[in-house]
Amino acid sequence: MLDPYKIREDFPILKRKINNCPLIYFDNAATSQKPRQVVEAIKNFYENHNANVHRAVHTLSQEASELYEDAHKEVADFINASGIEETIFVRGTTEAINLVAYAWGCRNLTKGDEVIVSLMEHHSNIVPWEFLSKAKGFNVKYVEVNNDASLNHEDFENKISKKTKIVCVSHVSNFSGAVNDVERLAKVAHERGALILVDGAQSVPHLPVDVGDLDLDFFAFSGHKMLGPTGIGVLYGKREILEKMEPFQGGGEMIREVSFDQATQRCSITWNDLPWKFEAGTPHISGGIGLMEAVKYLRRVGMENVKAHECMLTEYAMQRMQECQKVEIYGPKDASNKCGIIPFGVDGLSSHDVALFLDNYGIMVRSGFHCAQPLHETFGLQSSARISFYIYNTCEEIDRLIEVLKEIEQI
Amino acid sequence: MVTVEDYVARIEETCGKERDFIVLFKYDKKDEAITNILKKAKMEKSISAIIFELTFKNVSFRLYGTGKAIFRHLEEKSQLQKVLVDLLS
Repeated sequence: MLDPYKIREDFPILKRKINNCPLIYFDNAATSQKPRQVVEAIKNFYENHNANVHRAVHTLSQEASELYEDAHKEVADFINASGIEETIFVRGTTEAINLVAYAWGCRNLTKGDEVIVSLMEHHSNIVPWEFLSKAKGFNVKYVEVNNDASLNHEDFENKISKKTKIVCVSHVSNFSGAVNDVERLAKVAHERGALILVDGAQSVPHLPVDVGDLDLDFFAFSGHKMLGPTGIGVLYGKREILEKMEPFQGGGEMIREVSFDQATQRCSITWNDLPWKFEAGTPHISGGIGLMEAVKYLRRVGMENVKAHECMLTEYAMQRMQECQKVEIYGPKDASNKCGIIPFGVDGLSSHDVALFLDNYGIMVRSGFHCAQPLHETFGLQSSARISFYIYNTCEEIDRLIEVLKEIEQI
Repeated sequence: MVTVEDYVARIEETCGKERDFIVLFKYDKKDEAITNILKKAKMEKSISAIIFELTFKNVSFRLYGTGKAIFRHLEEKSQLQKVLVDLLS
């Protein structure tokens, strides 16, 4: 088991007081805090190695390029990709999904085709497909969820057909923390000749993930939810699929050659190798290096330990929240099938009231739709409050939350 | 002439059909803003003197001692702006 008190020593922000109360950070599903090792790695890069990558022969550029490539290797190894060719750095999960929608979807989806998403998706895995469907004329089908907000597998198997070209689902719901059996979904998708794209924004930070074992075609996640900096994320893609795809954006870095042909008065262009073919322009170098440090940190802690700690916190919190008469927990009630996320409501209060009240006591929680409005509408919820845990959270913090929730009930 | 910008750092608009507005007052002006608002609005309930349920011109809202307020069920942001000007001046 991990020791959250020892881990907290690496997170200076957790020593802060908010409204004269010790900070309790329960909004980890939105973004995680950063350990000093990550902050130091970024600072060290700018103070000692800063240069552009893959562009110059001088020493600094070589150092920066090596660090940036090492970052790809570290991330590839973390999710068990076969190499850096399968690990594209992007701005975050949203950009990763948009990359697939435009670079793959634009060329492979047409009228009569179907894309399957689920009602539990974050808007980032809905909007790009709805957007593209307007231009390409394909249909977007939504898989329903069960009463406990878990994915309805029967509905998925009913909706997938020979027309389905890609299935786009989240690994872990950002609303409920429900873990989807994406290995099973991938198997069904492949049997029907479809690809599968999995939004791993809420799984990679919290669970061991092996993209090879799961047999996923695309897998997207963000660095900032896993101790890394904002503005850096990852798109994993199977090499054979990425090789067939055209680039997402054009510019420097993603080309090998741009040659002007005097006869045609046009430029002929050849693409760079993977993964650079999909990383146009100067990349977020320091972000990649920060992400590498975040991955190293998580590996030292051990992803099985991360999972066990969050499961323990979730179970403890759900049990203690039952002491609160006006608090209703939404989503799956079994902590073993969840990933450190608990959505809830307080009778008679809006989620924003709950969040502002908790803020008075230094407790940071999310309120609103959490970018999952269709799921809230499915359950007739105006909004929800959400607590979400990470490696530095403790049972003591949950005890404090319960004390304040009991005060809220007096309103 | 008081402007909303004198006191308000940011206004967050919630998603969904029933729109709420969360007003975040400027840190160095929040005490003054709270004092002004408490003078003008009708107090419905005070909780530990840090949270106040208030009404003003048929608009109900909750004011927090931390310098935040949530205004409920307003149709337009312009309506909020008008209420804020009246409350803060």
